[in-house]
Amino acid sequence: MPDKPKIAFYWCASCGGCEESIVDLAEDILEVAQAVDIVFWPVAMDFKREHVEAMPDGSILATMVNGSIRTSEQEEMAYLLRRKSQVLIAYGSCAHTGGVPSLANQFTREQILRYVYEEAPTVVNEEKTRPQPRHQYDGTALTLPEFRGLVRSLDQVVEVDYYLPGCPPTPQLLKQAVSMLLSGNLPPKGTVLAPDTALCEQCPRKESKPIDLRITEFKRPHWTQIDPNTCFLAQGIVCMGPATRSGCESQCIRGNMPCTGCFGPTSRVKDQGAKILSALASPIDAREPEEIEKILSGIPDPVGTFYRYSLAKSLLRAKVTR
Amino acid sequence: MEDRPNTDRLSTGAEWEPLIVAFFCNWCTYTAADLAGVSRMGYDPNVRVIRVMCSGRVDPQFVLDAFAHGADGVLIGGCHPGDCHYVEGNYKTLRRYHLLKRMLRDLGIEEQRLRLEWIAASEGEKVSKTINEMVEQVRALGPLRLSRRFKEWDAELASLEAEAQSEEVAVHA
Repeated sequence: MPDKPKIAFYWCASCGGCEESIVDLAEDILEVAQAVDIVFWPVAMDFKREHVEAMPDGSILATMVNGSIRTSEQEEMAYLLRRKSQVLIAYGSCAHTGGVPSLANQFTREQILRYVYEEAPTVVNEEKTRPQPRHQYDGTALTLPEFRGLVRSLDQVVEVDYYLPGCPPTPQLLKQAVSMLLSGNLPPKGTVLAPDTALCEQCPRKESKPIDLRITEFKRPHWTQIDPNTCFLAQGIVCMGPATRSGCESQCIRGNMPCTGCFGPTSRVKDQGAKILSALASPIDAREPEEIEKILSGIPDPVGTFYRYSLAKSLLRAKVTR
Repeated sequence: MEDRPNTDRLSTGAEWEPLIVAFFCNWCTYTAADLAGVSRMGYDPNVRVIRVMCSGRVDPQFVLDAFAHGADGVLIGGCHPGDCHYVEGNYKTLRRYHLLKRMLRDLGIEEQRLRLEWIAASEGEKVSKTINEMVEQVRALGPLRLSRRFKEWDAELASLEAEAQSEEVAVHA
């Protein structure tokens, strides 16, 4: 019997939700496990890095890496898995566009380390000890990964073949991706493995979106009684739907919460944040600067709202003067 | 833009000159810039004018892209309120401009680096005055040069790539 195709999973700077989404395949995971050999999956199986290093280059059919890249160790693993894999897939928002961790690109490494190890209210650290990449203890050299100056998406570090978007991707999209890999019928390199239309196209509230949308006020979702059948924008609630790729099965919308943009932009868009900025500001129902400013004050944190999952892959990538 | 002479001069360390990308609407500001030219009004040569049909055509992505490719400032010129050839275009520009300015501030780009001016077809002088003023303001702010900054940010990756490879060799040795 010929060897089954080999698949690997790895995580970098992530929350674990992407790993969870693989387990969310439920019984279907047995089918996947029957069709492929999972050769590396640190969260669930006992294979080590040295096992991967011992494999011939290109011997893994596909590796799905989730999480963004912040440390030198994550970079090393990205290089290693790239070399060992025929197909490298960025799995989930963080690997795809930087994800929530890349909002840290608004701060310098020094600001982050100082806050986390000295200033955070729950921290007691009178000696101001910080983790050091190299340390001598009892005659032994100890090392830790370097903490980089920026959070990056996977493709800002190594070449990526495909992207599975979402925070996390749906089991449906993962199943489709696995069967695509097994069929050998691969789409062009760089394809995002989800529909290439905006979420509004698939939104169950599509019919209630006014043709001539006019926004008189932006309301925060947690301060508002949200009508479960009306377009969020028509209710003055920031919804990332117009600037976000579909394929998520409108899960947030069905839960009566607006889209926050985790599927990233469609293929025609370079910068998701700029696109939603345009979509939200243009229909503001005011012509005088003061009135416009007053309405815009309902969006207190444009960067955190518009680039919640994509700051690393935005055109500016970070707060440029930090 | 990175390969253009202006940026080349920057990379050789010669004196820096502000680079302003200007989006001018076809009906008013571009016509005014034409008028300024025909009337032989001088203005600083630091500006690169891009004609668009309406200031409303200026996608905020264009502004970010200009900055990301090395612009030190971006100027948008459109018809006065009420005079838009497409009725509403310049109001949309105005609304986006207010939000974009705030977002740029949060992303560390100074307010004076983005400017919106209403300049009618007959106001050639205002074109020259606006450009000269903005060049001076941006000159005072100093270079933004994001394309160069991006390279500096990614230098940390190059160092690891080399290190990872040498470690790899050591493992196999």
